[in-house]
Amino acid sequence: MSSADKFDAIVVGAGPAGSACAYILAREGKAVLLVERGDSAGAKNVSGGRLYAHALKALGDEFDISGGVERKVAREEIMVMAGNRSITVSYHDPELGGEGQIPNSYTVLRATLDGWMASRGEEAGAILACGIRVDDVLVQDGRVVGVRAGDDEVYADVVVAADGVNSLLAQRAGLIGDIPARNVAVGVKEVIALPSKVIEERFALREDEGAALLMLGCTGGVKGGAFLYTNKESVSLGCVVAPEEVAHKGKPVHRLLQELKLHPAVYPLIEGGETVEYSAHLVSEAGIRGVPGNLHRPGMLLAGDSAGFVINLGYTIRGMDLAILSGVAAARAILAEADPARVGPAYVSELEKLKVLPAMRATRGYVDLMEVPRLYENYPYLAVELFRCLFTVDGDVPARMLDTARGALRSANLSLWQVAKDAWRGLKI
Amino acid sequence: MAIRVMDTPELLSLNKFNVDEKEPHIRLDKSKCRSCQDRPCLVVCPAGLYRLDQEGEINFDHAGCLECGTCRVMCNNKGIQSWNYPRATFGVHYRLG
Repeated sequence: MSSADKFDAIVVGAGPAGSACAYILAREGKAVLLVERGDSAGAKNVSGGRLYAHALKALGDEFDISGGVERKVAREEIMVMAGNRSITVSYHDPELGGEGQIPNSYTVLRATLDGWMASRGEEAGAILACGIRVDDVLVQDGRVVGVRAGDDEVYADVVVAADGVNSLLAQRAGLIGDIPARNVAVGVKEVIALPSKVIEERFALREDEGAALLMLGCTGGVKGGAFLYTNKESVSLGCVVAPEEVAHKGKPVHRLLQELKLHPAVYPLIEGGETVEYSAHLVSEAGIRGVPGNLHRPGMLLAGDSAGFVINLGYTIRGMDLAILSGVAAARAILAEADPARVGPAYVSELEKLKVLPAMRATRGYVDLMEVPRLYENYPYLAVELFRCLFTVDGDVPARMLDTARGALRSANLSLWQVAKDAWRGLKI
Repeated sequence: MAIRVMDTPELLSLNKFNVDEKEPHIRLDKSKCRSCQDRPCLVVCPAGLYRLDQEGEINFDHAGCLECGTCRVMCNNKGIQSWNYPRATFGVHYRLG
């Protein structure tokens, strides 16, 4: 990078947010530098593995995602676990898989997805510079005017920080402070290679269909859960947990994942597979409260995970779609406003139009609901215990349903009053 | 190779790393670590890279770091003197992610 260059925009981080932003800007003729610290786009990135496809519409009809995604999710499963026992709810819907068209969501691997999206940006005319760690922003008269990487300085009208959940750039620019531990979860994942035919048989899928399985009650009582996503020729199996609770309980997060692999309901799904990669990443868990008060300062915008755009409802977890939309919002704001001072407010209004901020606000209550500690042990136990009672025939005189329910509540350490309060809390959202 | 319980060194051996031998991207202030009572790093690091040595001191090996940042958000007593991403081209290189 030479200091003689001045760009319309520098985008830091070639993840979904950064590449979406760079793609739109370049397509509209702007001079864009997309900087990535990995040797290639995606080399530093991890996610559970599902992209909700609606966000791609904002990139325009001509945007092709085909080479960046794994399978179209047609089967949604939720597993509730207690000890060796489990209940699985399975929803299959070919239309969810798009039946050859645009599906509701895709499973993804980030090296593939991010590499593909960055290449679309490059194709549109953005300059992709990989293997460069941006160290700081350059500020003149209170305005961000560029970035510094080592001894190199590069200038631009606007810097878009899309450098992820642990955004050092946003911190250095003073837009966010230290990240409170309670605002994040740590996720660990193994990618386990399996032949595509085996995946399709085990999850009852057609050739390009995929399954998404979310698990509750497998974290030893720690706030969190687990996931399994089917890729073309592998499955992504991982656990996501609150680090503060992990520290308190003392069982390392990788150990939780190892136990999950051997769980009687999980092992048959991955049997015969071979772990080919182990990864870890932070996830923003605070919803709208994790979104910084200021998403911009003169000359700089925050997009994607850097801005805390993640929505976890327990049964759906959104991050990459919001990242793409926020990248598009940043690009639209830059395109719409010739006056750099107005780009920031324009960005926020685009985030409103693209429903990123409204969705974050509307789901505020879920963050509180996820705080209910009983969700991670007592309720899974209650559900599993009820099913055990229903299905067990031991020759005794069957108990009355009410007595069965009372017994299950007792053994799950729950009172009816507590359940009623929690249910009300859930229904209020 | 069958599905089985794996410890972190074996898990990390599956990954591609380019270790920066000159400049560790995370540095500890051992005097702070010595007086730290909580020591969450010993439990929360997904790569299990914070370990106690024979003298009971916390040691960190940056070679297998997954760059997740969990230690950074959990270190309350400032034992982590500096936390940066590895220098360009160094660190973990996810082939799948």
